[in-house]
Amino acid sequence: MIPKQPADLPSADVPALTINALGKKCPLPIIMLAERIGEVAVGEVVEVLANDPAAKTDVPAWCGLKLHDYVGSTQLPDDGGWAFLIRRSY
Amino acid sequence: MAYFDAASAEPMSPVAREALLAGLDDGWADPVRLHKEGRRASLLLDQARERVAAILRCRADELAFTGSGTQAVDLAVLGAVGARQSATRGPGHIVVSAVEHSSVLNAAAQAQQSGTEVTIVGVGADGRIDIASFTDAIRRDRIVLACLQTANHEVGTIQPVEEIAAECRAAGVPLFTDAAASVGRTMLPADWSMLAASGHKWGGPPGVGVMVIRKSVRWRAPVPAGSREGHRVPGFPNLPAILSAAAALEAFDAERDEADIALRLLTSQIRDRLKTDLPDCVVHGDPAHVLPHILTFSCLYIDGEALVIELDKAGFSVSSGSACANDTQQPSHVLAAMGAITHGNVRVSLPRNTSQNSVNGFLAALPDIVRRLRGSAGTAVKAE
Repeated sequence: MIPKQPADLPSADVPALTINALGKKCPLPIIMLAERIGEVAVGEVVEVLANDPAAKTDVPAWCGLKLHDYVGSTQLPDDGGWAFLIRRSY
Repeated sequence: MAYFDAASAEPMSPVAREALLAGLDDGWADPVRLHKEGRRASLLLDQARERVAAILRCRADELAFTGSGTQAVDLAVLGAVGARQSATRGPGHIVVSAVEHSSVLNAAAQAQQSGTEVTIVGVGADGRIDIASFTDAIRRDRIVLACLQTANHEVGTIQPVEEIAAECRAAGVPLFTDAAASVGRTMLPADWSMLAASGHKWGGPPGVGVMVIRKSVRWRAPVPAGSREGHRVPGFPNLPAILSAAAALEAFDAERDEADIALRLLTSQIRDRLKTDLPDCVVHGDPAHVLPHILTFSCLYIDGEALVIELDKAGFSVSSGSACANDTQQPSHVLAAMGAITHGNVRVSLPRNTSQNSVNGFLAALPDIVRRLRGSAGTAVKAE
């Protein structure tokens, strides 16, 4: 998959909320996402910044489980982790 | 109090202990020597080889004892790859499933350093390889080896080894199967080219592996192997442990069918109760194609290491594939390949003779521990 750059994103994918979970170990990035996804409207996108290796698996897995729409991820510069985009579906 | 980590090591059986002690008395001498102590050791080693070969359904002269399951994997994989390298056509290509034991992936990575290409075939959410994708991968040019486990050591999913063996045969590709998770627990598939297994997984002592290389398979020792174990394995064999492992396997295999029924009943109780008693808990794997003794699940919003520690305090020994519970700080590659939640992960693997009481105790203790840990994460994310 070609990483999406913020400039290339369709406007619907521009995050309405950014959660900074950099430096947080699993399961904290997922807890933060689960706690705060309700802050955006249905159809809006949350961005999670995380560098714990488990987040790479767990963010999409959580979306699959909770039936939210996993939009994708981009690599942050200098191996600094990832920016995950999640659209609230309900 | 209960030990639920049989997939790491099955507790040593009384039969194994007795055979180990007898082996220390009778099996200490060098089996390649011509004196009477050496001849006795050689006789005992041959008998052990016959007994294990009978259960693995191979010829005794195809079977070598190694110092561990990992050593068996390394020798089998690298020896097969090395024997099929071609000066004119290049080093070739290995196909492995994404959920192989780390020893298989490490051996493949080692071959990769010498120029061999490695293709990793993914799995579905149930941990099972897709037969069509694996078959496509082995049908390409210059495939020198395919590796597929009999069953997965972390989630228990049984792989379609017989189907893949038929495809490998048709494509002229040798198939290595890591059978460590299933020897003595399920009927072994037929028709593989090479197999590895490990004695401590069936109630034998640590330090005994088994490598089988079928007569028809081209293989060359990848390390200086000397003259022991048919020129396949270096070093003086640990005969007392080998005798113990052989006795343990016979006893373990003899009880296979009843153990299958008993353990399957207990793991399915756990599976059912997790669904009803624990919100936000996911059970992994495919309940229809699974080893009898393994049940793996993840509890959302919990640190896997904390869960293992709390269960240990409550008297239940389990393992975890969560990143925080591993010394590498990486989540389990098996769970990652399945696209499964890796945090809050627990693998329950029941040893033989697990009692209903101990499972009841576990099911009684777990919900409170999960609730407490979800609270102490400062979050108590509301279950939807």
